[in-house]
Amino acid sequence: MSETRVNTKTMSLTDYAIRYGFVALLVGLVVYFSIAAEGFASPYSAVFIFQSVAITGILALGVTATLVVDGFDLSIGAVATSALMLSAYVMVVLEQSALVAVVACLLMGALVGLINGFLIVQMRVPDLLATLGMMFLLIGLQRIPTEGRSIATGMSLPDGSTAQGSFSPEFLALGRHRFDFFIDNLIPVSVVFLIVIAIGIWLFLEYTRYGRVMYAIGSNQRAASLAGVPVKKYKIIAYMISGVLASMGGILLAARLGRGDIASGNNLLLDSVAAALIGFAVLGAAKPNAFGTAIGALFVGILLQGLTMMNAPYYTQDFVKGGVLVVALMFTFALSNRR
Amino acid sequence: MAGIPIKIRGLEKRFAANRVLRGVDLDIPAGKVTVLMGANGAGKSTLVKIICGLYEADAGEVFLNDEPFAPNTPSAALQAGIVTVHQNINDGVVPDLDVASNLMLDWLANPKSAPLLNPRRIRKSAEEIAAKLDLNFDMNSMVSDLTLADRQLVAIARAMAHSPKMMILDEPTSSLSAAEAERLFRLVEKLRESGVAILYISHRMSDIRRVADRIVSMRDGTIVGKYETAPLDYEGAVNDMLGHTMTDVNITVQAPGEKVLELTDVKLKPESQPINLTAHRNEVIAITGLVGVGKTQLSEVLFGQMAAAGGKVQLNGKPYAPNSARDAINQGVFLCAKDRGTNGVVQDFDINRNITLPFLSSLSSFGFVRRNAEYKITNAAIDKLGIVCQGANDEIGTLSGGNQQKVMVGRWLSHECDVLILDEPFQGVDIAARRDIGTKLRETAKDRATIVLVAELDEALEIADRILVMAEFTIVGEHKNEHVDVDLILEQVSGAAAAKDQQKQKEGAAR
Repeated sequence: MSETRVNTKTMSLTDYAIRYGFVALLVGLVVYFSIAAEGFASPYSAVFIFQSVAITGILALGVTATLVVDGFDLSIGAVATSALMLSAYVMVVLEQSALVAVVACLLMGALVGLINGFLIVQMRVPDLLATLGMMFLLIGLQRIPTEGRSIATGMSLPDGSTAQGSFSPEFLALGRHRFDFFIDNLIPVSVVFLIVIAIGIWLFLEYTRYGRVMYAIGSNQRAASLAGVPVKKYKIIAYMISGVLASMGGILLAARLGRGDIASGNNLLLDSVAAALIGFAVLGAAKPNAFGTAIGALFVGILLQGLTMMNAPYYTQDFVKGGVLVVALMFTFALSNRR
Repeated sequence: MAGIPIKIRGLEKRFAANRVLRGVDLDIPAGKVTVLMGANGAGKSTLVKIICGLYEADAGEVFLNDEPFAPNTPSAALQAGIVTVHQNINDGVVPDLDVASNLMLDWLANPKSAPLLNPRRIRKSAEEIAAKLDLNFDMNSMVSDLTLADRQLVAIARAMAHSPKMMILDEPTSSLSAAEAERLFRLVEKLRESGVAILYISHRMSDIRRVADRIVSMRDGTIVGKYETAPLDYEGAVNDMLGHTMTDVNITVQAPGEKVLELTDVKLKPESQPINLTAHRNEVIAITGLVGVGKTQLSEVLFGQMAAAGGKVQLNGKPYAPNSARDAINQGVFLCAKDRGTNGVVQDFDINRNITLPFLSSLSSFGFVRRNAEYKITNAAIDKLGIVCQGANDEIGTLSGGNQQKVMVGRWLSHECDVLILDEPFQGVDIAARRDIGTKLRETAKDRATIVLVAELDEALEIADRILVMAEFTIVGEHKNEHVDVDLILEQVSGAAAAKDQQKQKEGAAR
């Protein structure tokens, strides 16, 4: 019997680098910007960072759920923009209440997730292809009812009349209300949503049996199945979680914009996938995890906010994100595979 | 064409502490089919992988036509005239290309070939290759549209285009029907006539009887028997391969308790003979037989992974036909599957999570896993089986093979069940861990029926109250594990006793 085992008590320098490297980088970044960029270390700046990453963060948590079962969801960006258009359509054209709009969006997200899961699990379409197809389908679908135009009160409809409805104040509050937190009007609703959802997904993945089983599926589907796990059901659930969270992101986006803007949300997919992948590197997890995803989203937010405050031009943003992603993936795969 | 193209002398190979080859000496003569037999882990595939350039030997030499030969890549071996047809048929073909392109694949891959394709010429060359072996393929059909057997013939035909000196066939019939296998055998005979040295690896006695000119048995990394003169001594070869060196484990056969599981005329394949089997509480049954005789299929039927082709199963007197693993587990039938790496262990999980995975619903409240309850079970399993680790949170990958297997067995012992099936529980396990697992299985067997599926007779002898022998997808022998007639078991394992044993089998069914 060979007793060659990694002694967890004595960690090498590499182990430390894998484990805390990314967090150290994050702290270093905050310290650097606090010194170099005037006004960076203020509550308003912090809230702004949170707000800027709230929607991508929520979407990224959904992607995380699909990554955990060794799947992938490319349709989240399209689900979010579909929810944006749907909520506007329900309120502005159909003149329904905020509640109806929200419920319709969530149901739409769940349904898309169900169809994705069905395609992948029952029809055996590879996950990337199924969700890519769904992405195109949704991008196309959301334009059909309005003939490709954005939705706002007073717009003319295909039948010649004008839209009489409007975004209800309660709905807009989802995007614009701020809670008092030591300082008046500090924390936006979207940030509260992000925090609540992040904690919820974290608890779900780490502490419930459902999350545990999902990780088992992602690591060894066959073994999980032989341990009695209904693999197909859990995979479908993962895609439904992803769809619902993406539709929540879309609702918050709609509430912030206040109109059904057809051009919004182009970057949502890439940003949230990046956040989830950066999350692999946090604390040396080397696997999808909710905490890492949240930190990943924050990391990108802090970096962009700091650079903006130091007058870096906006067009460098994607380059910076790409750089962060590549470094994070290097951390995850090159370093942790050496173990 | 005589001569001995391949001579192997003193070949050694170790993986970490594990000596897989311990000085192999072997000659493979031209124009003959040399069958290599050996149980799992005997070192057959390591030997093959060294000859075909996938592994490098630690010591010893291979001679090709009396020249030292040490290929460092598979293509170097191929250039030198050694062709391997692997067990996994799809490794040998490109499914999305047509037959002609597959036959010409080596030409297509050669950097020296012309950059432009001339489809007519490719087709013509491909037809020539096929014609050499009297194979009739539609050159334009996609390989993905062919049956597995035809794909294999394509792979062999392509290999033959190199006019090889030696061909290695690694369990080539494992996914073929009888008629398809017969086509393959005719091809093998044709190759033999053309003077190719053939090394044929198989567990199937019917194949071996059909094609073997000589048999070489391997066990624990050495050659333990050679049979070269007709008529070949098949039983002797099986005996060598299983090597029943009587073990020092003493079994006191227990009186069986009440009947738990009853199989009546269960058929694993539509054309196979029915199986009748009864399992009792407080009884450990070992089902032994060569690889590929249906042991795993039997476990799959009982664990809801596949439907039987006929017959009925009763559990505690009620009809039992699980449709999933979940269903089987809920009804009290557990399976510790073989090949723990693929079917058992979740690599990303620690010991604790691996053990509790099937039982999470009973270990959680409102979906939240109760940490205390789960660690209690894990720590009990660690103690019970003597799993060597620092604690319940050790990653499974840091444990030795034996300890990983203990985790798997510990998982299924952690909850009570009516029937516990273990498929090759001693696979890749050292002798000490094997004893530990065996003892623990017998100690805990009182309230359930235990069925252990093993290819090695030794393992059956040191664990079972009753030994059943399987061959050709049915049960061909039954033995109480007291004063066992080992020769009779070996006869049954090798299939020689099939006819003689009809009578005995009927008695077994009546039991």
